[in-house]
Amino acid sequence: MIEILGIPSSALFGQLLLGLINGSFYALLSLGLAVIFGMLNIINFSHGAQYMMGAFVAFLLLQYLDIGYWAALVIVPVVVGITGILIEKCFLRWLYQLDHLYGLLLTFGLALVIEGIFRNYFGASGLPYRVPESLQGGQNLGFMFLPNYRAWVIAFSLVICFATWFVIERTKLGSYLRAATENPTLVRAFGINVPRMITLTYGFGVGLAGLAGVMAAPIYNVSPQMGSDLIIVVFAVVVIGGMGSIMGAILTGFGLGIIEGLTKVFFPEASNTVIFVIMVIVLLIRPAGLFGRAA
Amino acid sequence: MQPVTGILKAPPHATFAVSETLAFAIMIAALLVAPFYIYPVFLMKALCFALFACAFNLLIGYVGLLSFGHALFFGWAAYVAAHAAKVWGLTPELAVLAGTAVGAGLGFVTGALAIRRQGIYFAMITLALAQMMYFFALRMNFTGGEDGIQAVPRGRLFGVIDLSNQMAMYGFVLVVFLAAFLLIYRIIHSPFGEVLKAIRENETRAISLGYKTDRYKLIAFVLSATLAGLAGSVKAIVFQLASLTDVHWTMSGEVVLMTLVGGLGTVFGPVVGAIIIVAMQTYLAEFGQWVTVIQGCIFIACVLLFRRGIIGELAHLLRIRL
Repeated sequence: MIEILGIPSSALFGQLLLGLINGSFYALLSLGLAVIFGMLNIINFSHGAQYMMGAFVAFLLLQYLDIGYWAALVIVPVVVGITGILIEKCFLRWLYQLDHLYGLLLTFGLALVIEGIFRNYFGASGLPYRVPESLQGGQNLGFMFLPNYRAWVIAFSLVICFATWFVIERTKLGSYLRAATENPTLVRAFGINVPRMITLTYGFGVGLAGLAGVMAAPIYNVSPQMGSDLIIVVFAVVVIGGMGSIMGAILTGFGLGIIEGLTKVFFPEASNTVIFVIMVIVLLIRPAGLFGRAA
Repeated sequence: MQPVTGILKAPPHATFAVSETLAFAIMIAALLVAPFYIYPVFLMKALCFALFACAFNLLIGYVGLLSFGHALFFGWAAYVAAHAAKVWGLTPELAVLAGTAVGAGLGFVTGALAIRRQGIYFAMITLALAQMMYFFALRMNFTGGEDGIQAVPRGRLFGVIDLSNQMAMYGFVLVVFLAAFLLIYRIIHSPFGEVLKAIRENETRAISLGYKTDRYKLIAFVLSATLAGLAGSVKAIVFQLASLTDVHWTMSGEVVLMTLVGGLGTVFGPVVGAIIIVAMQTYLAEFGQWVTVIQGCIFIACVLLFRRGIIGELAHLLRIRL
């Protein structure tokens, strides 16, 4: 057995892998939050609940309709995205002229409703979701064992993150979006339907959360409270990274996941709190966040 | 963009606040008569949460800062007060003081960190810091982890008055509540309070007028945290219990809900909101998890339909100040 700094390499790399997995979810969720905040000026507190919804829709599809993981990977983001579009149409659109805080309060209420409903029907305990057959098993890399499913989650979330970055930063559609973020009135004057863009942006951001939920289902148990604890950590990630930059959100998400994984190896007592501690340090040294512009 | 309390501007002829004095008299009369008709433990719970909501309202209603981590001060003060009364054997008033002091100390540290960012980030930072302290509470030995600190003795007030008598306990809670209520009233009507309101309306202009707004925000944050700590400490003595529920983020959400229902930035709103929410939780307890769903629906309804809250709408309708 190889040892690094007195820690067996399999434990070290195992935790690093777990950290990367957590990092994938931090990145996907904070990316969604940043995209939504950019367009709607609303911090989507129900993001965690919508992530949980994604996991549950995947679970229900498998349980009752016998629709497997791969189909769920496509269906779930669409379903969750559509609920997001309905939420935007019914509730959020009334808040754009008001203080940001009302958006936070409304989506907090939504999160309570969504979580409460799922807890009523499915109880608080976790439900298992099996890893799809084609991704079962794993590779022995010599210094560690790499389960196929986990490798897939990391690779796929990297692809999604960079695809999102590419669309927003490098395409024409993305340039409309960025322009509408800066000055919606002017963009409307050019004949672009900004309200529809806002609706679709919220649907997209929420769909990303749903997608993260499907990917998380086989790793963590599917449970009603899986989102609420995660979303608070993601808030800390967003404070650390700042919401001004898409690439910043991705890098901060993965970076903090890795740091959290390493903390589990070297100082396990602090693994729950390390991200919050980093947030405090960042606030002291760079109050605007690592990638943020000073307000 | 309309500030969070922009809807609260009092009508011009409402500068003379007879309405407030009258409402205060009605409140005192109701609270004096109530224990003869209503179960005192319920009343004490409502008063503790009313105090908590008033403390929270000092920050959101008068400085425009939304803290989503007030359970941190409430819960940790409850732990320290319970520990002081049970393990150190302090009399209840000293235990409450110890808890309140801890609320103040935590408020200073949290506030100093959180005011480094504005608006929406402020809410996220307070929430994250509260979650961090929740994990500490879960792990530390003196908090009792999942069990909390149970069977805290109520003890004898000043070593004389036996608080295991419900009426004596109610009297103590009532006096603490009224003292804190009057203190908050005094703060928001002082020159200091006027500066806070100026920061709420237009921070940039307050800065240009030469006010060190960060210092004012920090003082307001510490005051709010101290009073939240007072509420938590008294709650720990009344219920003889400090537990993880008190530090959990759902508690932070509840105090936001109480204040929102009653009316942000109104003097009496948080009291009414707290009574309504505590009553709802008590009488709807049989519905179990649906209470969370109902609370969520109230949140949505308040934000969409009546942002002034009950007291705010009433004051607006009658064109008075409450």
